[in-house]
Amino acid sequence: MTHAVLERPDLKSLFNILQKAGYTTIAPTVRDNVITYENVTDQSELPIGMTDDQKNGSYRLKKRKDKSVFGFVVGPQSWKKFLYPARLKLWEAHRNGKSFSIAKPENEEKKLAFIGVRPCEMSAISIQDKVFLKSTFVDSAYSSRREQLFTVIVNCTEPGGTCFCTSMDTGPRAKKDYDLALTEVVKKDQHYFLVEIGSDQGKEIANKLPLKEASEEQVSEADKRLNEAARKMGKALKTDGVKDLLYENAENPHWEKVAERCMTCANCTMVCPTCFCSTMEDSTDLSGEIAERWRTWDSCFTMDFSYVHGGSIRNSSSARYRQWLTHKLGSWQDQFGTSGCVGCGRCITWCPVGIDITEEIKTLQECDSRKSKSN
Amino acid sequence: MAAKKPKLAVWKFASCDGCQLSLLDCEDELLAVAGAVEIANFPEASRAIIKGPYDVSLVEGSVTTPHDAERIHKVRRASKFLISIGACATAGGIQALRNFSDVNEFVSIVYASPQYISTLKQSTPISEHVFVDFELRGCPIDKGQLLEVINALLNERKPNIPTHSLCLDCKRQGLPCVMVSQGTPCLGPITQAGCGVLCPAFDRGCYGCFGPMESPNGKALIEKWQEMGADDAEVLRSLRTFNACANAFEKESRKYE
Repeated sequence: MTHAVLERPDLKSLFNILQKAGYTTIAPTVRDNVITYENVTDQSELPIGMTDDQKNGSYRLKKRKDKSVFGFVVGPQSWKKFLYPARLKLWEAHRNGKSFSIAKPENEEKKLAFIGVRPCEMSAISIQDKVFLKSTFVDSAYSSRREQLFTVIVNCTEPGGTCFCTSMDTGPRAKKDYDLALTEVVKKDQHYFLVEIGSDQGKEIANKLPLKEASEEQVSEADKRLNEAARKMGKALKTDGVKDLLYENAENPHWEKVAERCMTCANCTMVCPTCFCSTMEDSTDLSGEIAERWRTWDSCFTMDFSYVHGGSIRNSSSARYRQWLTHKLGSWQDQFGTSGCVGCGRCITWCPVGIDITEEIKTLQECDSRKSKSN
Repeated sequence: MAAKKPKLAVWKFASCDGCQLSLLDCEDELLAVAGAVEIANFPEASRAIIKGPYDVSLVEGSVTTPHDAERIHKVRRASKFLISIGACATAGGIQALRNFSDVNEFVSIVYASPQYISTLKQSTPISEHVFVDFELRGCPIDKGQLLEVINALLNERKPNIPTHSLCLDCKRQGLPCVMVSQGTPCLGPITQAGCGVLCPAFDRGCYGCFGPMESPNGKALIEKWQEMGADDAEVLRSLRTFNACANAFEKESRKYE
């Protein structure tokens, strides 16, 4: 397949064409001192000339020297807020004398187009697809949103300080599952997006875009930047044998060390693009005539999460951190055939005290209790 | 639901009345509440007082006088369910700042005739005196949570009152962390949710009005604050407000005296 080029001034048409095709366009924009994903109707609302400086427990929005449109990485929110909303009414029941009837809420599903999905985030969506669509039960609320989704990837030419997608094999270039993929190139005299088509519906939209054929030089320039990006990751995680490492180190004293810093505040699970746990909330009106069931995001860091008759199973912070990490990188593989981590680095940046998943794994690898047993 | 309307009483101890006024604040739902329960003893709302015993008692305020230390037992005896409401009733309130000092010194400075003042050395929560069936946190309490507890009681179900950190609610509402994105000291990670994330929604750090969350790690949070530049005085001031004597806040604050 030959590559095509979308010139910077023509980016506007991507929004117009998707909107004409009936999509609500969602894209990054600056809000509350961060870059978040919102309803964006025009390219001018994108974070043009902005970037994000990310470290453990720290995120700062900054101005760039150039006019890059996508010159940042990922913010505090992931696309899961659209596909898997934080709070959703599942049904309500009305009392009719001695019986009751159940009414499903009318979901007015809009066709969504995500513009600016990072390769690691596309992997996260694919992982949630496995959880919600390809397990024993299909989540109807998720599938009704997901089936109509259009995705425009933006490959990463400048990884952030907490990124490690190369370790998780999810970036910096998207390989599959997308509709269109862009790679932005900003040079002195040129500003263009190299366009790759990933699906039939991607092709349909691409046919309507004012695309030009890409020159060899334009393709190689994008390739060069993506190859360089792979070498500039802020973090790295050695994944070899990580599942066994976690399974064999359930009693490692290091979990207690992490617990000294972990606040069990649940930020890591909230910002994680693959974390999918939820809780059900049943409520009534005062009269008791109407009952409602709501689904809300939950976290394995709360006490209620592991509450069974008599108390919570995971009382200590160490048990809860261990649970999260062991599931994310270990038992997720047994459950869904993939790691639960895509290397986006959000849990590192958005942990208020900067606990670093890559560092914790590294430390466990160093103090692997199997080593001391064999000695 | 029982055919007879449950009798509800509201009691005031050392407090500002803000929490019990939350009940009157339930404007849209007030008529429904008044229809569902018999408001039997609520001097802020009505002079008509119906004798006990009561099905539900909402207790506001802390115990600060010998008289109140006795009175709370009478309230308990007259009540089937006792729900303490607000930071005063659940943690001693802002008046529990006296617990860190000598109350007699305050009395001699504040009152012209201190000999008439009969007060206890400490301001203590209701649960230190009698068995409490449920605690509603906050300074003031959240009216939605108050309605939820009354509603749950009427419908014989568990109230949906979370005990986890404020952070969960911030993220569910789509608010970015003010500590991470702006370096603003915030008590959210160690504070119980319930206020509807009022302060972070206005770009401010959390002041801890709802007291400590279920498993607070004050040490980790305050170490991070200090890394961000907070000095001992600021830490002490932040931890010693409405919930100064709530266990985790008190324990952490003592390190910075």
